[in-house]
Amino acid sequence: MIGFNIRSAWAIYTRELMRALRTAFQSILAPVLTTSLYFIVFGAAIGARMPDLGGVSYGAFIVPGLLLLTLLSESTSNASFGIYMPRFTGTIYELLSAPVGVAETLVGFVGAAATKSLILAAIILATATLFVDYTIAHPVFAIFYIMLVAASFSLFGFILGIWADSFEKLGIIPQLFLLPLTFLGGTFYSVDMLPSPWDTIALFNPIVYLVSGLRWTFYGSADVSIAVSLGLTLGFLAVCTGIIAFIFKTGWRLRN
Amino acid sequence: MPENSPDTILRLTGLTKTYPGGLTAMDNVDLEIRKGEIFALLGPNGAGKTTLIGAVCGLVTPTSGTIKVFGEDIRNNWRGARARIGLVPQELSTDMFEKVIRSVSYSRGLFGLSPDKARIEEVLRSLSLWDKRDEQIRALSGGMKRRVLIAKAMAHEPDLLFLDEPTAGVDVELRKDMWRLIGQMRERGTTIILTTHYIEEAEEMADRVGIIRQGKILMVDDKDAMIQRLGTTEAVIELAKPMSALPPAIAHFPITLEKDGKELCYRGGDGSGKGRAEVAELTKALVRADIDYIGIDIRESSLEDIFVGLVENHADETTGEAA
Ligand SMILES: Nc1ncnc2c1ncn2[C@@H]1O[C@H](COP(=O)(O)OP(=O)(O)OP(=O)(O)O)[C@@H](O)[C@H]1O
Ligand SMILES: [Mg+2]
Repeated sequence: MIGFNIRSAWAIYTRELMRALRTAFQSILAPVLTTSLYFIVFGAAIGARMPDLGGVSYGAFIVPGLLLLTLLSESTSNASFGIYMPRFTGTIYELLSAPVGVAETLVGFVGAAATKSLILAAIILATATLFVDYTIAHPVFAIFYIMLVAASFSLFGFILGIWADSFEKLGIIPQLFLLPLTFLGGTFYSVDMLPSPWDTIALFNPIVYLVSGLRWTFYGSADVSIAVSLGLTLGFLAVCTGIIAFIFKTGWRLRN
Repeated sequence: MPENSPDTILRLTGLTKTYPGGLTAMDNVDLEIRKGEIFALLGPNGAGKTTLIGAVCGLVTPTSGTIKVFGEDIRNNWRGARARIGLVPQELSTDMFEKVIRSVSYSRGLFGLSPDKARIEEVLRSLSLWDKRDEQIRALSGGMKRRVLIAKAMAHEPDLLFLDEPTAGVDVELRKDMWRLIGQMRERGTTIILTTHYIEEAEEMADRVGIIRQGKILMVDDKDAMIQRLGTTEAVIELAKPMSALPPAIAHFPITLEKDGKELCYRGGDGSGKGRAEVAELTKALVRADIDYIGIDIRESSLEDIFVGLVENHADETTGEAA
């Protein structure tokens, strides 16, 4: 069946945001605190002894990377919890018995997760101004790119939340893969700074392309071409959407 | 029943569900529900009641068979069908931190309807939840939580409502309340399918009863007809003096001697009063035969006896097969 029920999508979207509001304080305070710590340690303490990178001070250089670190982990965890919790508590029955398809569900759940990430991104960028001076070379592109990353990783988190059948599994992917890959993906350094062969090996890390892409929107230069970064991110978004469509079609982990 | 009777709101044909583990929870079920009726699905734990409901409501993917609701195959118009079906699940699962009124308006929105405040108020009032509308659901008692689930299921004004054990864990008072409420919904034209372990409940409310066991529908009938057809009268006549054998004068009655000949037990009739008349005949025959008795205990069987009898008979058959 085709069709999209905007009211259903809106109901899910607003409820998910409301749910976040109940814990707004924690969900904003924690990332702001972590980011501030990173700026103090890497930006001020260590950054003061670091040379500029491509004409950008080290403190400013790490802004896009830190932003991405938060975007990836928050988008993934927001969306994964968003769908895992109803499965865990059984309230998913309502969604499954409603005249709601994959499109409404995604707009609702993933849209809300992505919205939360975007709000957080804005707060982090604002926090960053307290510690370092930075400029954004392509602001419109930056906003678009941030939205794209937030949406892709919310989709990814949604898949994770459907796949996971325990809280352990829910946490394992972000901690075991996402966090290390992000740290190794050039959050705090440029990939050219790595000695051979690590600079080549690093290119197998998909996060490198994300960090690089976002850094390009800030400073106009990056490790890899922006077209490659953009293409890969869009590809990731498409793959995640495809997987979710397939999950809904088959009812995998949703219907008995 | 004709194939596409306009009175049929739901028709299951050959519906089967085998869970991934290999357990067949629903085995070739044929069932037809009529518009406007209250249908009670009776069955012991694990009979497949929840599975059947799940299959219609989109929670369970049937292995085979078809589901026709509102005259259409559900696969051809699942959106249209689901928009008109409501479900109150067996488990008390709601977002415990949500406020009652928000939870109910969410349900309405999810089903694609505008947040009609008047309608939501009406639903909450009819369930005596209006005063609790701003409470978090977790702060409510179990019976009240179940009402919230009912309110959520009614928020989109379904034509077909499934109540999976609506009165499980609900006290007598609240259960009576629930019955009244279900009666009101039926008056408004909602077709109701409920599952229950309480036969009393089916007897009290249902127009028709279906008995399910091990995924198979054993019997579907009008409640009254079922009682009449399968109902029996049981009478125990306590004799003044024990007898060693049945005297020929009363041997044609369906009676047995029990308790070392101290009691005469009658089992017969059909739930239509025939049994009582026959017991009266029996007592006259006893008097004529000069057999003295000191007490009579007479009782009509209920749906419960029928149910227990059916389920036990089938259990015997099953063990018989296995042996
Ligand atoms: N998701 C599942 N996976 C495997 N088996 C299941 C699943 N859900 C139910 N079953 C099995 O299917 C059978 C029927 O279960 P169902 O919940 O439909 O019974 P029920 O009649 O609703 O029982 P109750 O009265 O206890 O609620 C049971 O044996 C149950 O263990
Ligand atoms: Mg059940």
